[in-house]
Amino acid sequence: MGGVVDGLRTYRMIAAMWMRSTMAYRTSFVMTTFANFAVTALDFVAILLMFSRVDELGGWPLSEVAFLYGLSCVSFGLADLAIGSMERLGQRVRDGTLDTLLVRPAPVLAQVAADRFGLRRLGRVTQGALVLGYALLSVDIGWTPVKVALMPVILLSGAGIFCAVFVAGAAFQFVAQDASEVQNAFTYGGTTLLQYPPTVFGQELVRGVTFVLPLAFVNWVPAAYLLGRPLPLGMPRWTAFVSPLVAVACCALAGLAWRVGLRSYRSTGS
Amino acid sequence: MDPFIELDRVEKVFDVRRKTGFLKRERRQVRAVDGISFTVAPGEMVGYIGPNGAGKSTTIKMLTGILTPSGGRLRVAGIDPSRERTRLAHRIGVVFGQRTTLWWDLPLIDSYKLMHRMYRIPDARYRENLDRCVELLELADLLDVPVRQLSLGQRMRGDIAAALLHDPEVLYLDEPTIGLDVMSKAKVRGFLRELNSERGTTVLLTTHDLQDIEQLCSRVMVIDHGRMMYDGPLTGLHEVGESERTLVVDLERELGPIEIPDARVVKVEGPRQWLAFPASGSAAPLVARIAAEYPLVDLSVREPDIEAVIAKMLHSLGDSPKSPPEQAEEAVS
Amino acid sequence: MGSARLYAAVAAGGLKRYATYRAATAAGVFTNTVFGLILVYTYLALWDERPHLGGYDQAQAVTYVWLGQALLAALAIGGGGVENELMERIRTGDIATDLYRPADLQLWWLAADVGRALFQLLGRGVIPFVFGALVFPVALPGSWVTWAAFLVSVALGMAVGFGIRYLVALLTFWLMDGTGVTHMAMLVGFFCSGMVLPLNVFPGALGEVVRMLPWSALLQKPADVLLGEADPWSTFAFQGAWAVVLLVAGRLVQSVATRRVVVQGG
Repeated sequence: MGGVVDGLRTYRMIAAMWMRSTMAYRTSFVMTTFANFAVTALDFVAILLMFSRVDELGGWPLSEVAFLYGLSCVSFGLADLAIGSMERLGQRVRDGTLDTLLVRPAPVLAQVAADRFGLRRLGRVTQGALVLGYALLSVDIGWTPVKVALMPVILLSGAGIFCAVFVAGAAFQFVAQDASEVQNAFTYGGTTLLQYPPTVFGQELVRGVTFVLPLAFVNWVPAAYLLGRPLPLGMPRWTAFVSPLVAVACCALAGLAWRVGLRSYRSTGS
Repeated sequence: MDPFIELDRVEKVFDVRRKTGFLKRERRQVRAVDGISFTVAPGEMVGYIGPNGAGKSTTIKMLTGILTPSGGRLRVAGIDPSRERTRLAHRIGVVFGQRTTLWWDLPLIDSYKLMHRMYRIPDARYRENLDRCVELLELADLLDVPVRQLSLGQRMRGDIAAALLHDPEVLYLDEPTIGLDVMSKAKVRGFLRELNSERGTTVLLTTHDLQDIEQLCSRVMVIDHGRMMYDGPLTGLHEVGESERTLVVDLERELGPIEIPDARVVKVEGPRQWLAFPASGSAAPLVARIAAEYPLVDLSVREPDIEAVIAKMLHSLGDSPKSPPEQAEEAVS
Repeated sequence: MGSARLYAAVAAGGLKRYATYRAATAAGVFTNTVFGLILVYTYLALWDERPHLGGYDQAQAVTYVWLGQALLAALAIGGGGVENELMERIRTGDIATDLYRPADLQLWWLAADVGRALFQLLGRGVIPFVFGALVFPVALPGSWVTWAAFLVSVALGMAVGFGIRYLVALLTFWLMDGTGVTHMAMLVGFFCSGMVLPLNVFPGALGEVVRMLPWSALLQKPADVLLGEADPWSTFAFQGAWAVVLLVAGRLVQSVATRRVVVQGG
């Protein structure tokens, strides 16, 4: 537990330094935040364009697709905001600056996670939150205290699952420094996938993102429960509540992968 | 006194894959560090030199806990660096000459405040160390300047201070004077000397500048192909390598080659003559004799450059036949 | 003909430089394939709901998706061509030395970008496209004439794409920090080229407008030629006209910008 506390302390210190650094270029900060907002909103514009020609997609109306979109976008946005720069790990290995982090009395994972922390990434979160707000106003959910309580749990678990993907991707870059783009398939690809209803995709793909890389627990499974729809793959209704467990398990596995990756770096130096 | 740094037959072997054809790749092992043993006592100041790719930075990376040795035993302050990296971090300071650890867009002082908190340095200690570094490294006017606006020399001084705020017992410097102008080099060297003599900080530095060694280190270690080739005083290195310094003499007028013992003329150009003499000897008696016997106007002494000294030394020792050159290339990126 | 040899050498250099990043290329191929997979399913659902949407049948829509993934890197639709390097040279002032080269600035960068595009078309484009064609039902032309027309259309698309990115890069002369412009260019590039959704699916007046803009020459037009949905000659005329307009505009802006450099003393 001491390691976690130490890690969070390190993370806070370094993230604060980066926030102050970005404030050195205020105009650039405003522009990139707006760009982040606009670029990520493009995905929703695509959905709106689709719904200008159809009323349903995979049997889901716009409001419910927007609900999926909002959950996916906010979850991913939070993970991206927190540790999105981990995708640059390969770069740090290549230019040797990772070594400067290894001689500090602080967990390397926390130092790398906080690297280049940028509030501009709030653009994506804001955009997702706006769509989620619209969706909450237009979907028909019979709210109960349990369902209300489930909402923040979904978002945090989703963020946890995406964080695990970022960490695992970074661990992979210890082995293949030039292949950082592979990670994009699972991070950006993952959030794009989850913006659409599971009924759109092939059964094998849905099975894959449920049991192999359990992205389905970010939004598909709990959202289907909230909307009163059948759960993907005919799973029982209680699985809508296991997202936090899935997130913890993913993070544990990703942490393990990170340790293996770091150990391999320290024994091979590349 | 117990040694502070202890290496016993330390090895580092890398697996390297090299492209040999369009898709073919060949795997082979590179012994970047090949059974090195040495000890460094507390308060020593040691130069660690060798050709590029000899295994210098691999050694430093093992000493700091970045890399895990493939074999042998390694202890720094009684700690196994690769096992207890973070515990060791509190007791060592590291300066990578070409990679600053300072915050690029923030004032210099902000980087120090971060070190203060990250290393959990007691407030009084921090203030005292910072004040001392600021005074000796002449950083007072630079503390509020964003690091990106500092010159290379200023930044290096800033980096050295950052590595010392937590009172490390040993300071590793990888090329601390590379790219610096003469004034900056002098400041850095002066500070390191002071640090070593006043605080007793152990210093291990790699360099390409022989003057760093000459002015700072009582002891020099030469590594090549991952093996220790020499460990002793600098003068001994000159003797082994039979390296020579050069005395450049300007006479009043053109004369025949100067004839004095212990030196030989290697070049004459008008009134200027170049004399080579053993680097292990002193220039003073030569200068005295020339001044007495010839119409001397001006003179200067040129040091042999480090690559030349090492090359000569390695040559005179006879390169170990067991290590073909390509085996020693450094695989660390 | 000496200068033609020079530009061919520049293009070859550009191609070779990108060819050295093997792992990155493989990673890009993987990512393009995954994104293609996701998009294909959403398009299939869309065309399930509205068959013949935008005049495409399902197989054509699927083909469109994989074409987009194949051309994304080659045509640098979201940016990422040689213009990044050009912007960096303008920002650092290194551009001043380029002006003394015995070569035309615009042609030099065009050649370098063509080399890059060729590599990325072959290295990053072919595999996702073949994968898509093998796994999903696609609509490919049987006649080699259509394939040839498609390649011509892609080449013209490259010229238009370069024309746009060159103009964007030249803005650095006035803005100094290119991050904002690059982001905007990426946004517009994705949206107006048809990367997000085929332009013929865009509703009403919005559709009318985006189909006339130069970005439609990047993906939509070559796709329509390959899918047999557009007359090749009028497509070439449309793309060629935009290429000429953009390249000429690029020259004009370039001469104004370089005069500034010369006046400022480089």
